[in-house]
Amino acid sequence: MTAQFAQYLVTGLTVGAVYALVALGFSIIYNASQVINFAQGEFVMVGGMCSVWLVDQGVPLPAAVVLAVAAAALLGLALEKFAVEPARGAPVVTLVIITIGASILLRGLATLVWDKKIHALKPFSGEAPLQVGGAVVLPQSLWVLGVTLAVVLLLSWFFGRTLLGKALLATSHNRLAAQLVGISVRNVMLLSFSLSAALGAVAGILVAPITFTSWDVGVMLGLKGFAAAILGGLGSGAGAVLGGMVLGIAESMSAGYVSSAYKDAIAFVILLAVLVFAPDGLLGRRVAERV
Amino acid sequence: MLEIRSLASAYGRIPALKGIDLDLRPGELVTLVGANGAGKTTLLRAISGVQPVTGGTVRISGADITRASSRHRVRLGIVQVPEGRQVFGPLSVEDNLRLGAYTRPRAEAEGSLERVYAMFPVLKDKRGSSAGTLSGGQQQMLAMGRALMAQPRVLLLDEPSMGLAPRLVAEIFACVQALRTADTAILLVEQNAGAALAIADRGYVLETGQIVLTGTGAALLADAGVRSAYLGF
Ligand SMILES: Nc1ncnc2c1ncn2[C@@H]1O[C@H](COP(=O)(O)OP(=O)(O)O)[C@@H](O)[C@H]1O
Ligand SMILES: [Mg+2]
Repeated sequence: MTAQFAQYLVTGLTVGAVYALVALGFSIIYNASQVINFAQGEFVMVGGMCSVWLVDQGVPLPAAVVLAVAAAALLGLALEKFAVEPARGAPVVTLVIITIGASILLRGLATLVWDKKIHALKPFSGEAPLQVGGAVVLPQSLWVLGVTLAVVLLLSWFFGRTLLGKALLATSHNRLAAQLVGISVRNVMLLSFSLSAALGAVAGILVAPITFTSWDVGVMLGLKGFAAAILGGLGSGAGAVLGGMVLGIAESMSAGYVSSAYKDAIAFVILLAVLVFAPDGLLGRRVAERV
Repeated sequence: MLEIRSLASAYGRIPALKGIDLDLRPGELVTLVGANGAGKTTLLRAISGVQPVTGGTVRISGADITRASSRHRVRLGIVQVPEGRQVFGPLSVEDNLRLGAYTRPRAEAEGSLERVYAMFPVLKDKRGSSAGTLSGGQQQMLAMGRALMAQPRVLLLDEPSMGLAPRLVAEIFACVQALRTADTAILLVEQNAGAALAIADRGYVLETGQIVLTGTGAALLADAGVRSAYLGF
């Protein structure tokens, strides 16, 4: 493994982890509602912008992070309650359009509450790079990878070991049966939106010291996360993580070995290729089921 | 215990239930028969609160629950085994059962789980398998076990024998009979009208959203109209 390759790999994994978090948010909401939430990227933006703003107000970084994630979770809750819930029973397309409207509104509000400038969050543990196997690793990359790993472990515990997590899975599999065992689909929706929003905010905060943040970062990060979710198989948690990592690595390799001019195009090429050739993605659920 | 008056429901503009009156007393096994499309499933769904009601009332032990959420009704003990079983395919057998006790305190769920496993030993053997891999008969047992986990007072069974081999049908009917206890009432929907009426205390005949006939199981079995329409002799 050449040092150059290692370098691209580290960069790819770091970006990929961020995409993975965004993709997980897409999948969780999709599972609860069959809705592709195009406001997912705005949660990323709110996480980053809100934490930057809080730190500027003199709030210590750890508290700023917690508050920004909580703010995003509340926003997710509000989106469900005031935009999605009132349209209950409407076709999924209508709900998707509502989320697009919400994303435009949130971007507009962000320019009013904050501004249109680009902001950087201070790295969590300084900027002195570390040498790992010939690659230069920023401490913030380790934060991104470590926190993402922790989040993924926490989510797999939640969905694999807790009754509430299983109730979410059950609802995504069979909404009627879920209602008949006494699961409140409305609570499942609220929980899914706030959980997804919190995940998006975590991604936005982690990446803010590396790629900076601004009122419109959600557009590109949202689309990348969506591409990652589709690549992995929409609705699959493991797929979201895998899709994010593959996309991140593909981007950084192509930027390194070909040209960075094509970096952003990779996601769209992958998106189109998956939709045309393998709509289930890498780990998507096969529809075959014993009746 | 369950008291339904003038219950009406519709799909869009098309009425599916046109004023149903139906009673279920504690410990009773009541059968609802009717042709395909008569509205049996719609009625059970309306009772469970997953189907909008356009008129009439549903009461349990005197309390009006016509507008109550499905979750609240499960808490009150109105539990349904839906048509087509509807198990949670990707989840394990045991997870399916535990979700059945979703509205119950955790401590109660353990005892219920043991009772369900005692009643359906095959579910215990397959506790770790995903529900989607079970055979049709086993899935029906799982659907019934899941409903029992909620400790029903009113158990609604929608065509539990549908699509099963004759030997399994007999087994399922034996289970249904075993389930009726002094304080659990059962409303059994069946296309297999002969077998269902034979084990029922009372029966109702539903035609295009209306109850057209009611009586004891034995009386309905003897009724010439019922025989020619639903029993084929
Ligand atoms: N989801 C639905 N949308 C529209 N019409 C429906 C729907 N489900 C059932 N129906 C209609 O309602 C009537 C009653 O159906 P159902 O309750 O399923 O009957 P049964 O269970 O007795 O076979 C039928 O005419 C059926 O076509
Ligand atoms: Mg039916």
